[in-house]
Amino acid sequence: MINFDDFRDGDLSKGLSRLLKKEAGTAPLRFMEVCGTHTMSIARHGLRELFPDNITMVSGPGCPVCVTSQGEIDTFIAMARLPGVVTATFGDLVRVPGTDSSLNSARAEGAQVKVVYSPMDALRLAQERPGDMVVFLAIGFETTIPGVAATVKEAERQGLNNLLFFVMHKTMPQALNALVTDPELQIQGFLCPGHVSTITGMKAYEPLVDNFGIPCVIAGFEPADILKGLLLLARQVNQGIATVENAYPRAVLPEGNQKAREMIHEVFEPTDATWRGLGIIKESGLRLREKYSRFDAVKRLGIALRDTPEPEGCLCGDILKGKAFPRECPLFAKKCTPMHPVGPCMVSTEGTCAAHYRYGG
Amino acid sequence: MCLAIPMEVVEIKDGGGGLVPSPVAVVEARGIRQEVRLDIVDRFPAPGDYVIVHAGFAIHSLEAHEAEENLNLLRTMAEDIVDDQL
Repeated sequence: MINFDDFRDGDLSKGLSRLLKKEAGTAPLRFMEVCGTHTMSIARHGLRELFPDNITMVSGPGCPVCVTSQGEIDTFIAMARLPGVVTATFGDLVRVPGTDSSLNSARAEGAQVKVVYSPMDALRLAQERPGDMVVFLAIGFETTIPGVAATVKEAERQGLNNLLFFVMHKTMPQALNALVTDPELQIQGFLCPGHVSTITGMKAYEPLVDNFGIPCVIAGFEPADILKGLLLLARQVNQGIATVENAYPRAVLPEGNQKAREMIHEVFEPTDATWRGLGIIKESGLRLREKYSRFDAVKRLGIALRDTPEPEGCLCGDILKGKAFPRECPLFAKKCTPMHPVGPCMVSTEGTCAAHYRYGG
Repeated sequence: MCLAIPMEVVEIKDGGGGLVPSPVAVVEARGIRQEVRLDIVDRFPAPGDYVIVHAGFAIHSLEAHEAEENLNLLRTMAEDIVDDQL
């Protein structure tokens, strides 16, 4: 019997923090925590207190809600308003502001919006309501995509005719490759997302190491996991090496989860995708393969994909690239708060702005 | 969004020919019991193993000793530094 809370143990964290201080030396170190779940965990556990002063952490593009483009948001709100459509969505998307409204306000005006925990809940909803068209808003990275793929296959197996998917999935390695080529981004290492890596394995980060010499360390989400990850990053920088290391072996196999990757490949194919703040990144998104195209919400509902600009004054884009901190945004904590968010970085609980608003930073 | 939590496998159920054909695991953590699908898990778990659960799917399975080894490694690192400084 293992107690997973032991990974949060205060003495363990303090010990690792001391080791981190020793490894970090004194020269400034700037690392990016790619994943929104890391951002949240660092804030919630007050881990900044345990980091040495010379380490600066910047947040990356690893919050799926935050990187969803304004056009995609406006498109799914328009879909939700169609008669006979029931929108099934993860809770995070409900309050995301579109250009003119949100799913929440669409719901207040009569649209049917259901919050689900799993894509399989959307499938069950479709079974229960044969007279409605259920649209599942498929956002998320490699962690989430295989389950959605499995749900598409299940819908196919059952011959379900009233379940559609609006696919906004994005894949992480392509985004990181795009990020490191940005000359304005000055970082010395990536704290790589643990559960994305459960699926992708270590290989996904090899191009970053080989082509750009950026150290990559996969880390879990408990305090001890994050401290260990940073400690390995600092050690690599100070030894002048760049390699892929796995600080989360209980959840990440070197080869990742091949079965899950096969499931993704069976159902989806790569396509170019628009990331908020990062723009269009080649082959960083997914679309349903021809065989499953009858589940494509955009095609079946005949709705036009919107292409709308991001809200004015909102620095979410720069924040997602680690170029700006929330406090540098003129809207932060003034016009933009968790109750009245302007940009998605404030909406998602994992958004950098929401974490800084709630916990300081 | 990529939050996923380890839960202990209590029972493996055959999905049967009904609405849910994939085998499912009954899992438990912190007194919460739920069923998760095993369509995409890399190693098929047995009762007593743990699975990492995300959005209703097990995305990874591990045996208790793998988590213990991970923890012991961290503890050793943390203790060594304390010893260094004594």
